[in-house]
Amino acid sequence: MSIDALQRVDIHPTHTHGDFQLRPGRPIPFGATLVPGGVNFSVYSSHATACTLVLFEKGQSEPMAEIPFPDAFRIGNVFAMVVFGLDSETTEYGYRMEGPFDPVVGHRFDAEAILLDPYAKAIGGRDVWGTPPNWNDRYRHRARIIYDDFDWESDHPLEIPIEDLVIYEMHVRGFTRHASSGVKQPGTFAAMREKIPYLKELGVNCVELLPIYEFDEFEHSRPHPEREGEMLMNYWGYSTVGFFAPKAGYAATGKYGMQVDELKALIKELHQNGIEIILDVVFNHTAEGNEHGPTISFRGLDNKTYYMLTPEGYYFNFSGTGNTLNCNNPVVRNMVLDCLRYWASEYHIDGFRFDLAAILGRDPWGAPLANPPLLETLAFDPILAKCKLIAEAWDAGGLYQVGSFPAYGRWAEWNGKYRDDIRRFLKGDTGLAGSMAQRLQGSPDLYAWRGPTASINFITCHDGFTLADLVSYNGKHNAANGENNNDGANDNESWNCGWEGPTDDPWINGLRTRQMKNALAMLLVSQGVPMLLMGDEVARTQRGNNNTYCQDNELNWLDWSLMEQNTELLRFVQHCIAFRHAHPVLRNRDHYRNIDYVGSGYADITWHGTQAWNADWSDGNRTLAFMLCGRHAKGGTVVDNYIYVAINMHWDALPFEMPMPPLGTQWHLFANTSMPTPEDSYAPGSEPVLSDQRQCLVGGRSVVILVGK
Amino acid sequence: MALEVTLEIVDQSAHITLVGELDAASAPLFRTEIEAAAQAQVNRLVLFMQKLDFMASAGLRVLAFARQKMGGEVDIYMVGVQESVLETITMTGFHHSVFLVDSYDASQIGSA
Repeated sequence: MSIDALQRVDIHPTHTHGDFQLRPGRPIPFGATLVPGGVNFSVYSSHATACTLVLFEKGQSEPMAEIPFPDAFRIGNVFAMVVFGLDSETTEYGYRMEGPFDPVVGHRFDAEAILLDPYAKAIGGRDVWGTPPNWNDRYRHRARIIYDDFDWESDHPLEIPIEDLVIYEMHVRGFTRHASSGVKQPGTFAAMREKIPYLKELGVNCVELLPIYEFDEFEHSRPHPEREGEMLMNYWGYSTVGFFAPKAGYAATGKYGMQVDELKALIKELHQNGIEIILDVVFNHTAEGNEHGPTISFRGLDNKTYYMLTPEGYYFNFSGTGNTLNCNNPVVRNMVLDCLRYWASEYHIDGFRFDLAAILGRDPWGAPLANPPLLETLAFDPILAKCKLIAEAWDAGGLYQVGSFPAYGRWAEWNGKYRDDIRRFLKGDTGLAGSMAQRLQGSPDLYAWRGPTASINFITCHDGFTLADLVSYNGKHNAANGENNNDGANDNESWNCGWEGPTDDPWINGLRTRQMKNALAMLLVSQGVPMLLMGDEVARTQRGNNNTYCQDNELNWLDWSLMEQNTELLRFVQHCIAFRHAHPVLRNRDHYRNIDYVGSGYADITWHGTQAWNADWSDGNRTLAFMLCGRHAKGGTVVDNYIYVAINMHWDALPFEMPMPPLGTQWHLFANTSMPTPEDSYAPGSEPVLSDQRQCLVGGRSVVILVGK
Repeated sequence: MALEVTLEIVDQSAHITLVGELDAASAPLFRTEIEAAAQAQVNRLVLFMQKLDFMASAGLRVLAFARQKMGGEVDIYMVGVQESVLETITMTGFHHSVFLVDSYDASQIGSA
């Protein structure tokens, strides 16, 4: 008998409940899965005594049915059931869990609560950003069922070598929400797609999105302290409601339940334009907060499994937000793995940046693990094998692992020390020449065995000052957050260039522009992986606010008129990015060895000062220069030009003696930040030759970049 | 408003005309005609959508089904798509999978 001749028996009901026909479900995969004739529901709880599936007509306040899982439908700690004949387009579902309410031992079951499926692939309830929800709704975040039928054609993750990336950290809503963006559907995935040409022109080949998992923008929302009628919102979104579902409010089609398609269409088009997409993922905590927070999902499903709890049953707070996900519990670990595999395979995501990733290395009682199972599992997972894995290697509990994050040969890190050293050198602090040499060559002091690709270099990110504010404010100005300026970091290493905030003084404004160029120039000639913050290329300001997590307004929205106002800076950044792409010697996978191993007559990297071959490492020094030997590009496998960079962070102009370029080549000027535009930078390939090949005057607080060819 | 769906096979083209609103309740009607068109082994599917006023996610699902059921060799044309429906199709990226035309003339587009 052929297989075709066999009639499937697993698509026939075996049980009924009212009008619903049922059969025992498959425990794997968790979540709601379309099967022939019905939907397979599977949910885990190790301590629940009973489970009920709650079904709603989409948007209705009262359930259309509640179907208890028969005892026979429970395998181990998994409740699994197929419900036949459901219209997946119009159905929302949740669960009721019965079990003990005994917080001291970690149990907080409440059979009255309707719980969101942790594996929900789409979530209703916040379909349009900022639309006030029905606060009386007994089920506010509603699991929906989706089809995985998107037409990807031949798309797949780009797998660009990490050393070749230029990352652009951005917020989906903030990128296009401003009226000046001129898009059809501001603040959405669709609008971001409209603006892909801008990203292409800028030259970035990777976008890193602040959280796009479903979150509640109304979490901790409150009246704006300074703006009548406006609310402070959970704008950044570092507070996950559902790990498997895209934020519906970021989709113009969210109100139609098509957010999955809209996001996939964005990813597909980014890939078609050679741009990777990295998601900022938040597995350290959830939106449920501490014991006073709402019960949305995990707390009611299996509190003791999903959260790190004190011996008294309270929530550990290593995230600074009320709770801590118990990531090294095997069940939670598997959920994280399932989640990342899902996004990598179903959404073609190219990589992940893990918020407060040090937490992921803590054991269930909070102690740092020497060999964290979750981090190891992710590093060696076959489906994630080509994904970029990037850690924010610290947490709010004081665990700081920059340079020591358990990497397993895979993990890269946001290099916080790079940020701090560059900022200090930029504002003229002394005693940094040695540290700067480390940062510029990919921080071998931190990543000796991991290579420069372990270092995600950044000077600014969403968390802190923008670049324009870094050179315009000495201190934070966070009153608009309504926390008496107590929130946000105090150690910003910023310098206002002589006046706090905006000024008409042309000298100060000129210095600020030069300092921004200096910062970006240093970033884009550093070994490692550069990351720019959205809008820094056009001097976006947050008016000195260094913690805009709650500001859904012009403080965070990118003003597209800045592209015209700050053409000079934008052009400079475009050139610097193009220069990086043009020169593989800036993008090595392995550290420099400080020797000549290809017979070029020059070491791969050499250090200089105002005198060639004589770098000044003394404490009072504010200068540094280096030359990269093009024959050593990519470990000597590629031939590139020689590059010389002179950095003068002293306030006076200083003459720098250059090393002689190789025979038959001359120094050409790519960038000089002390020059007015358009002489401040040149398109790669069009650099003019220097008339003086032995010495150049580097202006006060300026950077000069030469290319030998 | 309910959905009216008619299917006509013309040479080796399947012509489906949609009138009304394509939502979760009416999507099965559309899907049935897509399956019938696929059975007919046509090499072109032409969807006349001038009088389709609304399309919900269920409609998009049937379009995705049509794309995959018909196979890559079958060209899909959408004719006269109204602005609101077109926006949905564009924002979800489905316009990459079909030909959008204002009017349909088989002789100008090429023989089926």
